[in-house]
Amino acid sequence: MRLIRAFEELVVQLVNRNEIAGVTHEYIGQEAVAVGVCSALEAQDVLTSTHRGHGHLLARGADPERMLAELLGRETGLNRGRGGSMHIADVSLGIYGANGMVGAGAPFALGASGTRTPDGTPRVAVAFFGDGALNQGVLLESMNLAAAWQLPVVFCCENNGYAVTTPSSDSMTVSPVERAAGLGLPGREVDGMDVLAVAEAARFAVDHARNSNGPYFLDCRCYRFVGHHTAEGTMNLTYRTEEEIEHWRGRDPLALASQGAMQAGASRIDLDAIDSQVNARLKAALLGAQAGPVPAPESALDYSYASPTPVRWGLV
Amino acid sequence: MSTMRYQQALAAAVRDEMRSDESIIYIGEDVEQSLRGVSAGLAKELPGRVRDTPISEAAFTGYATGAAMAGARPIVEYQIPTLLYVAFDQIVNQAQKIRMMTGGQARVPVTYLFPGSGARLGLAGQHSDHPYALLAHMGVKTIVPATPEDAYSLVRAAIQDDDPVAVFAPAACLHRKGEVSETVGRIGAAHVEREGSDVTVVAVGHLVHDTLRVAEDVAAELDIEVINARSIFPFDWDTLRTSLAKTGRLLVVDDSNRMNGFASEIVATAAEEYSALLDRPPIRLTRAEGAVPFAVELERAVVPSSKDIRTALERFMDQHAEKRE
Repeated sequence: MRLIRAFEELVVQLVNRNEIAGVTHEYIGQEAVAVGVCSALEAQDVLTSTHRGHGHLLARGADPERMLAELLGRETGLNRGRGGSMHIADVSLGIYGANGMVGAGAPFALGASGTRTPDGTPRVAVAFFGDGALNQGVLLESMNLAAAWQLPVVFCCENNGYAVTTPSSDSMTVSPVERAAGLGLPGREVDGMDVLAVAEAARFAVDHARNSNGPYFLDCRCYRFVGHHTAEGTMNLTYRTEEEIEHWRGRDPLALASQGAMQAGASRIDLDAIDSQVNARLKAALLGAQAGPVPAPESALDYSYASPTPVRWGLV
Repeated sequence: MSTMRYQQALAAAVRDEMRSDESIIYIGEDVEQSLRGVSAGLAKELPGRVRDTPISEAAFTGYATGAAMAGARPIVEYQIPTLLYVAFDQIVNQAQKIRMMTGGQARVPVTYLFPGSGARLGLAGQHSDHPYALLAHMGVKTIVPATPEDAYSLVRAAIQDDDPVAVFAPAACLHRKGEVSETVGRIGAAHVEREGSDVTVVAVGHLVHDTLRVAEDVAAELDIEVINARSIFPFDWDTLRTSLAKTGRLLVVDDSNRMNGFASEIVATAAEEYSALLDRPPIRLTRAEGAVPFAVELERAVVPSSKDIRTALERFMDQHAEKRE
């Protein structure tokens, strides 16, 4: 969780310094969800991510240096500089990618969960999405299809209360769990700021799916402490009050986890050691990432096709 | 070599591939009963590998993407060609782009099968499109088999390909009978169906057969070379160039709309790159700009017909006569 928080804070700096092109969507405040859910997964399992995907990758074990190299648009990035923040992926870890289209990655989770590994091991797949996706057709179709086919999929709603600036109460008249129940998916609400609560619920959901009981739905109530994307801070938006943000900051998942760890016997020194390890790791990762080469312009059409396919440039 | 109908050739290609590769699955609406005839008998023969989906085109198209990334080789059947529009994001913005966006980490070997594409008298506005140009425009490998041989060999090639491939099987071809060599074809290869020296006609799907008929009708006046495009994207530019070097004249017969259609690209490239080979401006025969109305007289008015092909070729005859004078 500390790694995700520090990574995202570093990303904000890099975007503000224009070292990262475009926009990124930070996971700050939602760390407990990715960490809790990924703690329940096994090596062969798959996840699909969202536009706010860095936390999912880090929680699943992706290399921060190759992630930073990707965000910086380097050939040494996870996606060789072809994906960026919005499409960052590490398929070797079962991460089928962040996605720029809301809800669009969810059906990939179904397909992966319905396809056994080469040695025949069944897979569980987790589809991450936000509360905004609950009004998107492809996600609702996917929830229904997963229920109809009893696929081992965990639908993980990262419910931060807002579809960009639109409160979810303006868009839905039932709760996410009620909506899921209407499609035949059992599910439950989870305190998405409490990593142990998420981990416990995820363990239950993943076991449910792995034991051939079909899909399961988690409504992880959480909050993003920052804007929808990096640039939001400059836009003077008023959809959330300072009081609301402060209220949720009072339930910072990192602070809650630290308190829990100390109650369980960890010392301040132990926790500080984690922080300094994370900081050292990220410092080295950034240096490594910045040293990576930018892709050659003449390679822009590479990787478009898996089998040889002639393609033309825009001026012949 | 055996003789079969086009629709049987489609089914034979799917059956032969599915029998030899267990990673292939076949999903879509009403495919277990096989309303379209392509998966006939397979649900029983290969239990669990042919599966009816809910009417959820976006979800089942995305299902195929995830399954493909996990090692399967899915075939997705769309009962009606315009269901493509409902699944558009999942095809062009997801499946097609994933390999590039991941820097080559994933492959997405999915075949999108549209059996019965195009107008077929009376299916009206929403079921009569033949939307191959849309996917070609977005870089999806797109084939339109014209003959039973094409249907068999190219569907097998599509299934074996490691990228998404869309197959539009024209409704007007499904009944055709022909020889099938039972070999695997090559995506990106056109086929010269008739050699000639006066005019090159590039035609797509059922319009290949209409063009061949007209070519015989006008044989006394014009010697027509007919190229069966077969692959819309990638297109076989070498075959076109070789033909134009011989004829110097080009007609493209295309069942997509005139604006930004397949013919537009062929003619534009010919004008840009092969102008030294052309001794007349190229001609396009396409669908009209607009949708297909219901009444059969109106439908016939907007889609290319044999009569239109003849009319277009007559323009070259006039020019031919002028040239001789």
